[in-house]
Amino acid sequence: MNEVEILKSVEHVKPEAWWEWQIPLYLFLGGIAAGLMVLIAVRYLVDPQDVRSRVFRHLAWLSPLLLSLGMFALWLDLEKRWQVMRFYLAFRPTAPMSWGAWILLAVYPFVVLFALSELPESSRARMPVRLRRLAEWAEAPAVKRRIAIGTALVGVALGVYTGILLSAISARPLWSSSVLGPLFLTSGLSTAAGTMLLFRISAWERKALSRIDTGLLGLEIVLLGIFLLTLVTGGSAARQAGALLLGGPYTASFFTIVVIAGLAVPLLVEGREMLGHHGSRWLVPALILVGGFALRWILVAAGQTSGWHTL
Amino acid sequence: MKLRENARLVMVLDTRKCVGCSACVIGCKTENAVPEGGFRDWVVAETKGGFPNLTLENRSERCNHCENASCIDNCPTGASHRGPAGTVQIDRVKCTGCKNCIAACPYGARFVHPKGFIDKCTFCMHLGGGTTSCTEICPTSCIHFGDANDPASEVSRLLASRPHKVIAPDAGTKPRVYYLV
Repeated sequence: MNEVEILKSVEHVKPEAWWEWQIPLYLFLGGIAAGLMVLIAVRYLVDPQDVRSRVFRHLAWLSPLLLSLGMFALWLDLEKRWQVMRFYLAFRPTAPMSWGAWILLAVYPFVVLFALSELPESSRARMPVRLRRLAEWAEAPAVKRRIAIGTALVGVALGVYTGILLSAISARPLWSSSVLGPLFLTSGLSTAAGTMLLFRISAWERKALSRIDTGLLGLEIVLLGIFLLTLVTGGSAARQAGALLLGGPYTASFFTIVVIAGLAVPLLVEGREMLGHHGSRWLVPALILVGGFALRWILVAAGQTSGWHTL
Repeated sequence: MKLRENARLVMVLDTRKCVGCSACVIGCKTENAVPEGGFRDWVVAETKGGFPNLTLENRSERCNHCENASCIDNCPTGASHRGPAGTVQIDRVKCTGCKNCIAACPYGARFVHPKGFIDKCTFCMHLGGGTTSCTEICPTSCIHFGDANDPASEVSRLLASRPHKVIAPDAGTKPRVYYLV
């Protein structure tokens, strides 16, 4: 038996939560923004001639809007907020946060150009002339194809980055898993699909998105399973970290909100819809969004209590 | 004191001499004006075994100035950097207070200073690298500080002659704070 007494404020030896609500909110909104970029751009690339509903053609604007909200939360988390420009006075290749800062800058030109090119003629009529000309330039098929490829690629980078930001921190065994990048990208795509389902898109678009989302939810369950498996089959630090989710203080919230409400129930309801049963328009998107946010909230909170220096 | 060109500053603490009096903590707080609630060093008293077969180990802990410093790798602005003689230092101006380094440190050695930057042990480099406030104040002389690349230094002799360990070696950070056991 070991008994450890620390002659210091405990919260400074094992700071329980140096990152609070701002970081999971940023990861959640950044994930949706990334997912929207990928889904919307890939749809265009697969079939440029496909007729997109009026609402769908406006959805690309959600991406910069949500990302800006997330970045505001990130900015609020900084202890020296007015030093934020320091992120752009350096590039640190070993720091995923530095990569992320630059990726965030790359997102805006691509997604704004793509969103402009997607605007229907009637929406462009009220825009300033220069913006209208920019939209016309971006709309040309050869240009738009390049913008769409760039939007999809930057979207993937942003989605993966939200996971790698945590997985690069080897001092926290719960996060130190290469599965987190793909897991957060998949969750970002799924929550983006959930967000789009909240809008009045066409029945065909709704059906297609539901099918894609069913696949994404299934993939997310598999990735989450692999993530837990790597923890329970890892070294003692990984196993201790895994115990936080498997029997520890985060077990109930993780399984009820993330696994059951956020993944299993939407998967079942969407599966029934594919078989012809009618489901609620709000239920599945709402559950997916709650589950996606809870996944990030729980992983950020639990990860901060995991460590090597087991005091 | 002028440091040798290839100096590698390390700290060697004798757990057999440490009585856990916390003088090192007070000395550090006084010398470095460490704010209320923040600590650059602290004392851990670890009791092992079951009564009556018990052992007690007192350890004065701090930033390990690691060879593989994950705080430096993860700092997005270059505020955490390699300082003189291989020490790990923080540039307070470059620091944004993003707390990524707090996440990246397996030792809980960093804290947020009330002025917004991240603070931690500097090995008292403002004293020139020859000594630290905790070394000076320790009443049992259990804290030794010096250049491990100098074979004649006290720390080199102690590391060569006494069994020693580092904290959380599995974290792979290669700490420069050693504990004689």
